[in-house]
Amino acid sequence: MPSSFEVTIRPHRGWQPIDLREIWLYRELLVFLVWRDIKIRYRQTLLGALWAVLQPLIAMVIFTFIFNRLAGVKSDGPPYPLFALAGLAPWTFFSTAVSQSSNSLVSNQQLVSKIYFPRVFIPLGSVGALLLDLGLSLILLALLMVHYRWPLSLNVLWLPVFIVAAVMATSGVGLALSAFNVSFRDVKYAVPFLIQMGIFVTPVIYPIRYIPGSWRILMGLNPMTGVVLGFRYAILGTPSPWPVMGLSLAVSVVLFISGLLIFRRMERRFADII
Amino acid sequence: MQPILQIEHLSKEYVLTRDSFEKSGARAGLARKWAALRRFGGSKSRDENSGEHFWALKDISFNVNEGDVVGIIGRNGAGKSTLLKIVSRITDPTEGRVVVRARMASLLEVGTGFHPELTGRENIFLNGAILGMRKSEIVAQFDEIVAFAELEKFLDTPVKHYSSGMHVRLGFAVAAHLNREVLIVDEVLAVGDMAFQKKCLGKMSEVSRVGRTVLFVSHNMAAVENLCRRGIVLNGGRIAFEGTAKEAVLDYLGRVSGSRDSTGHIVALSAAPDRRFTRAPLLKQLEFYADDHRPLANDLQIGSRLQVRIHFDLPELTENFNVGLGFDNSYGQRVFTVQSQFQPGVRSQPRVGPQVYTCDIPSLTLTPGEYSLRVWLEIDNAEADLINDAARLRVIESDYYGTGKVPWNGAFVLKHSWRNESANPSAIKG
Repeated sequence: MPSSFEVTIRPHRGWQPIDLREIWLYRELLVFLVWRDIKIRYRQTLLGALWAVLQPLIAMVIFTFIFNRLAGVKSDGPPYPLFALAGLAPWTFFSTAVSQSSNSLVSNQQLVSKIYFPRVFIPLGSVGALLLDLGLSLILLALLMVHYRWPLSLNVLWLPVFIVAAVMATSGVGLALSAFNVSFRDVKYAVPFLIQMGIFVTPVIYPIRYIPGSWRILMGLNPMTGVVLGFRYAILGTPSPWPVMGLSLAVSVVLFISGLLIFRRMERRFADII
Repeated sequence: MQPILQIEHLSKEYVLTRDSFEKSGARAGLARKWAALRRFGGSKSRDENSGEHFWALKDISFNVNEGDVVGIIGRNGAGKSTLLKIVSRITDPTEGRVVVRARMASLLEVGTGFHPELTGRENIFLNGAILGMRKSEIVAQFDEIVAFAELEKFLDTPVKHYSSGMHVRLGFAVAAHLNREVLIVDEVLAVGDMAFQKKCLGKMSEVSRVGRTVLFVSHNMAAVENLCRRGIVLNGGRIAFEGTAKEAVLDYLGRVSGSRDSTGHIVALSAAPDRRFTRAPLLKQLEFYADDHRPLANDLQIGSRLQVRIHFDLPELTENFNVGLGFDNSYGQRVFTVQSQFQPGVRSQPRVGPQVYTCDIPSLTLTPGEYSLRVWLEIDNAEADLINDAARLRVIESDYYGTGKVPWNGAFVLKHSWRNESANPSAIKG
């Protein structure tokens, strides 16, 4: 018998490392879970995947009207609709993915209590599935750039870095919240509220230069600040403060790792209390 | 040669608080932390007192060798599911350890992770992946899986339009094609229609014949006897018996028929939830007795005697009344009905006030399962009081035919006989 499969099941206490070997063994399942989420998300809807672009598009139109036209908020260079959409694309990804992944364990109770596989895949699958929506809204942004004849800068080579940062920040928050949600369903009520508030502390609607200089660095503690600034920097070529972006990137990495660790620590009790 | 599955001093503790179980873990945990914080630097924490501690499993040890097919039996709450959940890695043990020396798959449920919006084809892939199959493995066996499930025509239909039977068939078909050295199976055979159950049992015995190791939990004694070589009886979270499957089944049957508690045979009807009456609740109490007026608290073996005593009131002098009992199986089908009006001569004279009627069934030949009792009273041919699900009765396996083979299919057993009518021995060969 191949003893390479030997597994010992014993009590776990405290912080647990991530079992990368196991994650590698089950990697195909993550792909299947992402595929499942994508398949079912827009089943039995009239507009299908159009919803992925409609949400940021409509938000962009409304924001442009209210904040740009009525309130007189100015972008930092590009036409305001481009400015707004470049921020809304990652922000919509973040807010949708956090709300879906934080609920993912509870809505997949059956998977938690009836079978074993690396459970980090459940919230990570929800996040992964929304990358498709992010891609679609970036295509929409590209079309709008053509319309406004706004050139794509060479900074675009940085875009993958900020996408990874967005995924890390989102996953970190989603992992931790989904784990808390197993014990405390309060999460379900807190998340929509926090996300609503979040858009105000992230420079989605307004440019970062509206924030007084000494406070700007504090904005960097919000990982999505760096992501939003980074998307604009990479796609629209707007000048962005690197100290703030750098801090945000570091926070994203820290969030991701702590989300994983929190999840692993709470994971062993999921099946008993879900 | 080391055992393929090695279970050592396994224990699992749950903490129950007066709150619902769902919250218990988390709240108790927080309460403990809070108490520990307040006592910070003080004496040792006494967290043993927060909530009620309950050992679902206590010090279980056994080995399973390659090719063993082990049946695990025991009544509800004996720890069977907890054991399977630990071995399947769904939950951690509190103490002890399990060493698994092969690739293992567990089937605690048929069709885990099926999504109603996805088609049968999509769900085969999803379910297979969840069970731990590679995409290439699923692709290679796809046609076999579909043929086994007999669902060729419905492959592209969303599973939400499937009947429950089709659902089960698809789920079992995927599971049956898992190529793993060790299989952990929980009661999945208790579902589906008869023909498919037979097919699943066949597949299971095929699996065990080719030398794979199986840990099988079931209430179905006949299946355990037929499929397993070894048997383990769990009782109160401990191993009560270990031996061959046949010995284990006998031990279990002896255990369940021997246990009775003192008042469980009396069911007061005053607080029955599902009840309708015309003027007043007249039915008062049900009592259950086995042979020789021994109180019957829970389980009844196939073919044993059942006496049901019904207490009720007649508000005014009545000549024309009728009490009845209906037995419904777990699918909600009426299996049979008894009524006092079927008995000639019982209500020969008018009566009033408290009445006690006993229905004596010399041999209750229902097959194993849980039955729900409906009890009613009619006065002057009109329903006066009726209670649904007034009591539950569990019929368990027994050696009804005296052959050591436990009957379990069908709705009831009947005494019958077989004769060989062949003219002479040589005719059999022809």
